[in-house]
Amino acid sequence: MTQSIAALPERRQLRQARRILRAALPALSLAIIVLGIAWLNPRAISYFGLTLMLNLAVPVTLATIGQMFVMATNDLDLSIGTFVGFVGCVTATVLHDDPVLGTAILAGCIGVYVLLGAVIYLRNLPSIVMTLGMFFVWQGLAILLLPKPGGHAPDWLKALMNSKTPYVPFPIVAAVVIAAVAYVGLMQTSYGAILRGAGGNAQAVKRAGWSLLKVKMLLYGLTGFCGVLAGLALIGLTTSADANLGNGYTLLSIAGAILGGGEFVGGRVSPIGSVIGAFTLTLAGSLLNFMHISPDWQVAAQGGILIAVLAARVLINRGGATS
Amino acid sequence: MRGARKAFGAVKALAGVDLAIAPHECVGLIGHNGAGKSTLMHVLAGTLTPDEADISVGGEPQDGYGVASAHRLGIRCVFQELSLCPNLTVAENARVLHPALRGFGWRSRAGALIRAKLDEIFPDHGIPEDAAVGDLSIGKRQMIEIARAFTVTTAPVRLVILDEPTSSLDGHTAGQLFSYIRQAVAGGLSCVLISHMLGEILSTSDRVVVMRDGAVVIGGPTATFDREKLVLAMGGAETHAAAAAPVRLPSSAPVIVRIRPERQPDGRDLVAQKGEIVGLAGLAGHGQTDLLLSVFDGAGHRSRKAAVSGRVALVAGDRQTDGIFPLWSIAQNIGVRSLKSFRRGPLLSSQAETSLAERWRQRIKIRTPDMRDPILSLSGGNQQKALFARALGSDATIVLMDDPMRGVDVATKLDVYDLVREEAAAGRTFLWYTTEMDELYHCDRVYVFRNGAIVAEFARADVSEEAIIGASFLESAAA
Repeated sequence: MTQSIAALPERRQLRQARRILRAALPALSLAIIVLGIAWLNPRAISYFGLTLMLNLAVPVTLATIGQMFVMATNDLDLSIGTFVGFVGCVTATVLHDDPVLGTAILAGCIGVYVLLGAVIYLRNLPSIVMTLGMFFVWQGLAILLLPKPGGHAPDWLKALMNSKTPYVPFPIVAAVVIAAVAYVGLMQTSYGAILRGAGGNAQAVKRAGWSLLKVKMLLYGLTGFCGVLAGLALIGLTTSADANLGNGYTLLSIAGAILGGGEFVGGRVSPIGSVIGAFTLTLAGSLLNFMHISPDWQVAAQGGILIAVLAARVLINRGGATS
Repeated sequence: MRGARKAFGAVKALAGVDLAIAPHECVGLIGHNGAGKSTLMHVLAGTLTPDEADISVGGEPQDGYGVASAHRLGIRCVFQELSLCPNLTVAENARVLHPALRGFGWRSRAGALIRAKLDEIFPDHGIPEDAAVGDLSIGKRQMIEIARAFTVTTAPVRLVILDEPTSSLDGHTAGQLFSYIRQAVAGGLSCVLISHMLGEILSTSDRVVVMRDGAVVIGGPTATFDREKLVLAMGGAETHAAAAAPVRLPSSAPVIVRIRPERQPDGRDLVAQKGEIVGLAGLAGHGQTDLLLSVFDGAGHRSRKAAVSGRVALVAGDRQTDGIFPLWSIAQNIGVRSLKSFRRGPLLSSQAETSLAERWRQRIKIRTPDMRDPILSLSGGNQQKALFARALGSDATIVLMDDPMRGVDVATKLDVYDLVREEAAAGRTFLWYTTEMDELYHCDRVYVFRNGAIVAEFARADVSEEAIIGASFLESAAA
């Protein structure tokens, strides 16, 4: 007996170490990217340089957090890219001209997401198919609203997105706030545990008397809400809109959430990790620029980073299985 | 509960069941696979709505009985297939059951609640309440699930239903559980214990209810029953003159498997000859499954420590995660190990698959209207039969069994025991890890494991409960 008791804490320590390593992996990959930039171009790591490089990080972060919410219920939102684009078009046209109507439309968009979650749960439909359909719906609506690039961002939005925070660049402050809100909401509140539990074992949560419909609707609604915020942030930066502005966000958001430690099934998501993942993807572009890699290769190189991080995660997990 | 009926399609799972449970009472519920025990418990827990039933709790009839009212009335259930969220911590899983654990500091309150109950039921559990459940072994998960069912916040606990609670526990923790149940029942709680381990029922319950084909066939105080009578009532075959088959192996039979456990301190090997049934015993989770897996790897020549000559097939114990393909039909689930033999040119012959499946449906008596039905339409025991058919229907000469009888009814077990002996006589070798003492009497040789190593070896004639328990605990005394 003494033998087994002596062996236990050691194994637990090992497991603990592995868990910490797994949790630290997103931060580690971000650190490597930042160090790479600092090494290639030390001047880039300054208030001004970071503001410039992280310019687009805020909308990407918001979209990633949105994606994370649906991933918590084992679904994927393929439509978030064109949704961000559509929100952008609404922001640059209707919201600019008629704030009340614009706000109502954006609130209605969140309502559509809530409804989407309800339909997916009640009819037991695959989220990929439903959101792929919505991808085209949002894109079509965006083109109807804004057939050619144009529109104007509301001034308050421009001012907000270009605000200068003391000492720390605005995108970093925004990211910390987003991460903190999402972390407390999903990981620390008691209902957040139910939301995540529904992704881990929906049956168990249902048997304990919780409504899975409500869970699904809420998570989809949160995704829609984050999508709206992402669209607003994006227009605040670009000042005018284009129907195809957000198309890349679908894959960026999925990649960011996965980089940040999320998994497609099992309700395993990490808000802080997702924010870090979004930053990693954004900065990877800058790093590749500094390395003088032509933009033609950058997308592939970003994919390479994604694969490298995932491979490292698999290695850590496998180390856990054999020891 | 009176007159509960439930039908799934054409299958009548419950054909009018009356069941009354008094306070201060532990009712043992037994029956075949598919006798309707689990369905009945789901109705009581509110997770299934019966087609027809009058349910009253504490003398008050309940309309619109469901999960919510079951919780409010203090009826809890430990389901056979565990219902914990693997991605949540132990404390968070406690919170899932208790809506009252909310607001500031809920996490520490949930942690304290579950830890106190774990300490009470399983004093030496060693489970940290901030560990993710997915990182824990299946035995520990079952302990958490059980402890969680007994925790109290706002609604009192009046009735706890335990469906096969010991299927993943070893003898020591199972003993702790039963003494806790007796103590809780003495304190005014009611309990329903569903188990295939007749010994557990006989030693723990006050009253036994036997179900067969969706109805109660007999019930009465436990004292008036014994093992034989229960088996008879369940409609299962009478207990076999079990291990009567004589030792029939010539010692000259060729050695098929020779393997040394990874953590074996001395030079002892596990050896299996052709046609032999080798038992792996000891407390649950002491390296038996690892050994089976290294034999499996060894057959693919990937292990240096194992010499395995023959083709292997594995019968999984944890059928939900390791065994079945949940989206496939029964026939596909049986045929997947034998795809090579179905090959006609570059294609697979579905005819060959169907005929293999039909053959085994006859031989192992899988209860289904059609082998093309999804595997999940079968009850747990019948799913396990399909897994046996998968291994035995294949061309494997060595069959590894990873405690395959968890939660399987007596009649199925007896069928399978016969089959195993038959197949062994025909020259197949079996490596059989089991946590049930009775099954070791079917083995020609038994190795006892402790901390990943072999600590004792018994020939059939020397196998006895005392000897094996003695060997399982021997090392602990010495160390």
